[in-house]
Amino acid sequence: MIVDTQSVRFPSIALDSGVVLAPVDVAYQTYGSLNADKSNAILILHAFSGDSHAAGIDRETGKPGWWDNMIGPGKGFDTDRYFVLCSNVLSGCRGTTGPSSINPATGCPWAMSFPGVTIADMVRLQKMLVDHLGISRLLAVAGGSMGGMQVLEWAVSHPSSVAAAIPIASTARHSAMQIAFNEVGRQAVMSDPDWCGGNYYGKTLPRRGLAVARMVGHITYMSDESMREKFGRRFRGKDQPGFDFGVDFEVESYLRYRGSQFVDRFDANSYLYITKAMDYFDLAAGYPSLAASLERATAKFLVISFTSDWLYPSYQSLEIVNALRGRNRDVAYCELPSNYGHDAFLVEVGEQTEIVRGFLARVAREVGAA
Amino acid sequence: MTETAARRRALVHEVLGRSDYAIIGDIIAENSKVLDAGCGEAELLAWLVENKNVDARGIELNPAKVQKAIARGVSVYQGDLERSLRDYPDKAFDYVILSQTLQQTVRPLEVLREMLRVGRCGVVAFPNFGHWRVRWSHLWSGRAPRTALFPYEWYDSPNIHFLTIVDFESLIEKQGWRVDKRIFLSGHRQVRVAPNLSAEIAIYQIRG
Repeated sequence: MIVDTQSVRFPSIALDSGVVLAPVDVAYQTYGSLNADKSNAILILHAFSGDSHAAGIDRETGKPGWWDNMIGPGKGFDTDRYFVLCSNVLSGCRGTTGPSSINPATGCPWAMSFPGVTIADMVRLQKMLVDHLGISRLLAVAGGSMGGMQVLEWAVSHPSSVAAAIPIASTARHSAMQIAFNEVGRQAVMSDPDWCGGNYYGKTLPRRGLAVARMVGHITYMSDESMREKFGRRFRGKDQPGFDFGVDFEVESYLRYRGSQFVDRFDANSYLYITKAMDYFDLAAGYPSLAASLERATAKFLVISFTSDWLYPSYQSLEIVNALRGRNRDVAYCELPSNYGHDAFLVEVGEQTEIVRGFLARVAREVGAA
Repeated sequence: MTETAARRRALVHEVLGRSDYAIIGDIIAENSKVLDAGCGEAELLAWLVENKNVDARGIELNPAKVQKAIARGVSVYQGDLERSLRDYPDKAFDYVILSQTLQQTVRPLEVLREMLRVGRCGVVAFPNFGHWRVRWSHLWSGRAPRTALFPYEWYDSPNIHFLTIVDFESLIEKQGWRVDKRIFLSGHRQVRVAPNLSAEIAIYQIRG
């Protein structure tokens, strides 16, 4: 399945901050075909560092999508049955308007003058895209991690536009620990001298700061077990310590590699904006309780968490699930066994496929989209 | 029993295997809201959805079973039923089913009370410890009874509370619950005479 990234421009979008951003571009990809009554559409919402290329092989890069093992013909999100779409989030750097885009008023990149965005703003832009495609009700919205936050926001903000919601390894609000890790990442970026207050475009990029931020991120995505299994204490290309602060251990080599790879595809300012949006997100804000906010949601829910995920622990998924049960909403919940930590939602394909397939088939049957 | 009902029950036997499931399948009204507490892989709920168009929910502790249930298309919550029932609002369901699970709970009375709070009625099926084979096994061997119905050694049995039909009747009276239906089974056969001796499984539909 060779896929192209498409793009649509809207004249403007009003943000939670009160700022009106104009114009705004959204990059998106689609897989499978929309049925006649447009009732088989599933919106996939990407995690922090993802993009619109969720599945298939990208025509330009030749690379598979970030959730290609879950989306495609005969897969969990079966593109023989469903029309699947995914867009890059607002303030991202992969085709959708963000701090690296040109501010039409100045002709220069927005950089840190880009307005602050929220998860609700991201969802607002996705809603514009979905409306633009003529889809009045999505069969499902699904995503892991930050994608799961958008799923929750969709279910509460646009209850009549969502038949089913699948938040995976996610939360209704960040804990102090999650905010803390994001803050370390932001400080790493901002303390790189090359960051220059965000005005590094066309100059030296803050590669070191962004790479360190990504290294911390990768640690939080793994687990003690998965790191022991993958690296142990093995040395890299040597059998004794180097005493030179170079790369000694496999794990160091891995983190440096992932860090340096990341800076080639991600904008440092987008890192700052998106992590802030995650930290600001609180589904219960403006409501007396989380249950009160979720009471607005009429979608059928499938909530999944993973045993070794210490970044988005199961108790956060249970908070959502129990609030829904307290309001007698239709919710299925499963904690899948895995050693992969937070990465599990991208890696543990077999069980997720079975669960998602069965859940979607039921919802499609119930809403008459089968 | 009408001919259709008989045919349907025969079908339930065939599909579900368990005799208590067959009876429960018969009891549940069409288009009702049903919670099966301790639903396993949700075979019963899936059957009820298919044949009675119920709105089905389940609670199950075993993650592998929960996965199978959700893959089957039933909304099952992975959790301990003794702690999970309390999260649902009052009278959230028409029926709360507790099928051969009561004897495995730590606080059976609390579970029953919660069931009757959450459901308009409760459907409880349990193995009858008063069955003559159990009594015989105990009398003859002088050991903890082992029968086809209670096949476990005392140290690895999931059953931690043993009750008889007489015990359950006396609890119902003490709590002031109302009995809509009581059905006693020996194998797939319904028994009416001296149920506390002759029934292997008892099924009650009760209200708080």
